[in-house]
Amino acid sequence: MSYFSNIYDGVKTLLTGMKVTGNYFLHSKKGAITQKYPENRDTLQMFERFRGEVVMPHDEQNEHSCTGCQKCEIACPNGSIEIIWDRVIDEKTGKKKKIIDKHIYHFGMCTQCGLCIDACPNDAIKWAQNFENSVYDRTQLTRVLNKPGSKVRAGVED
Amino acid sequence: MKIALFIHEWIVGLIPAEITGLTQMVLIALTYLTLFAVLGLYLVLLERRVAAWFQLRIGPNRVGYQGLLQTMADALKLLTKELTGTVKADKFLYNLAPYFVIITSLMALGIFPFTKNLQAYDLNIGLFFLIAISSIGVIGILLGGWSSNNKYSLIGAMRSGVQTISYELSIGLSLLTMVLLTGSLQLSEIVEVQKNGWLIVQGHIPAIIAFMIYMIAGTAETNRAPFDMVEAESELGAGFHTEYSGMKFAYFFLAEFINMFIIAAIATTVFFGGWLSPFGITESIPWLGVFWFLLKTFVLVFLMMWFRWTFPRLRVDQLLTLEWKYLLPINLANIVIMALIVWLGLTLQF
Repeated sequence: MSYFSNIYDGVKTLLTGMKVTGNYFLHSKKGAITQKYPENRDTLQMFERFRGEVVMPHDEQNEHSCTGCQKCEIACPNGSIEIIWDRVIDEKTGKKKKIIDKHIYHFGMCTQCGLCIDACPNDAIKWAQNFENSVYDRTQLTRVLNKPGSKVRAGVED
Repeated sequence: MKIALFIHEWIVGLIPAEITGLTQMVLIALTYLTLFAVLGLYLVLLERRVAAWFQLRIGPNRVGYQGLLQTMADALKLLTKELTGTVKADKFLYNLAPYFVIITSLMALGIFPFTKNLQAYDLNIGLFFLIAISSIGVIGILLGGWSSNNKYSLIGAMRSGVQTISYELSIGLSLLTMVLLTGSLQLSEIVEVQKNGWLIVQGHIPAIIAFMIYMIAGTAETNRAPFDMVEAESELGAGFHTEYSGMKFAYFFLAEFINMFIIAAIATTVFFGGWLSPFGITESIPWLGVFWFLLKTFVLVFLMMWFRWTFPRLRVDQLLTLEWKYLLPINLANIVIMALIVWLGLTLQF
């Protein structure tokens, strides 16, 4: 008699499905998950987890926490990060010390995998939330993350 | 109808009497063509908006107020597109196929009684004509797939063909169940019979079963989800009309939506009393018939859209199992029950 119970089960499960979607239909005005994008540009809030591009936060004294350890450069699968570094003599200790000259980030190559951010021991780089990234010239996507004249924040390297 | 009479007299005054009949036919055909092409476009828009609401999205809302001109713009875009084709395609059949599909859909529209007077042609074998004409569409599908000179199109056409032909049976038999009740194939007469209660009420249990089978088979007949075997996006492109572009593709696309309207309109006429208002509340205002007809039809169209955005697509063997193992036997048994009910006079009439 599985023939008739099949029919019964079929109809019952289909009606259950229609109940679910019908419920969505009735509440679609309240809970639309899409937004009208260009109109809401001012109020738009991206999600915390969104991966826009890699940035290096600087504080008010123009200091960042990148020590130039190059772990991000090694972690990057396709070489989007390039660090040009230098050695200077630390004034206090008199020892040689590595500093970054330029932290270059090729955004055009980046796949947003986030391995560099996971690899960074000092949280010097993190994800920004911007997404309107189209430009006419590819070279505009190559960015120097450390601002001119910036230096390592004291205490990061200890 | 007063308007038709007025136009008739105006045309008779304008041109020689020998060709007035022909002119009127052409005029009516043109009006129907325009109206239903626009209707098809707006059904596409309705489908997209309803789909959006089912999926908690907003849907097309840019072109015109609330996106009302969206599908018009799409049609305009399709008109300007290049008509491509495969090199060794059978050009004649290839170009013929979309017209087969769209013309059969439009021909079916000619005999619907939208109100008592608004009917292009009152055929005395109306229901039979509808079933016959809707089976011709499958020839267009097979021609399109065959003549494209593309094996995937051919497979798509076969899949679509087997589906349409199988479910044709269920449609025919479920409508036959209702013909037992009315004793007539003429659509206007079928509506007249329902003045004593809509057929779905008159025929109660077997009529409801017939309606359910009709809606399932009708959804399959129009190649809509959950029966859209032809349109597995990633595997088949779009089945039999993969090689079509521009306006020829649009004909297939439009025909699908007009067919959906036709299926709903047949259901309205046969099960839900056509242009009759519920309980005869507006019987004194006959022109409201169009409103009731369209209201009932669009409720059924919405039901088909609801199916589409709820149920997952069937596999081809499941599709054939559903038809040959479930719908057909139930249908045959249902006809016997209906015959018994009519014979014993167990129908409900008010």
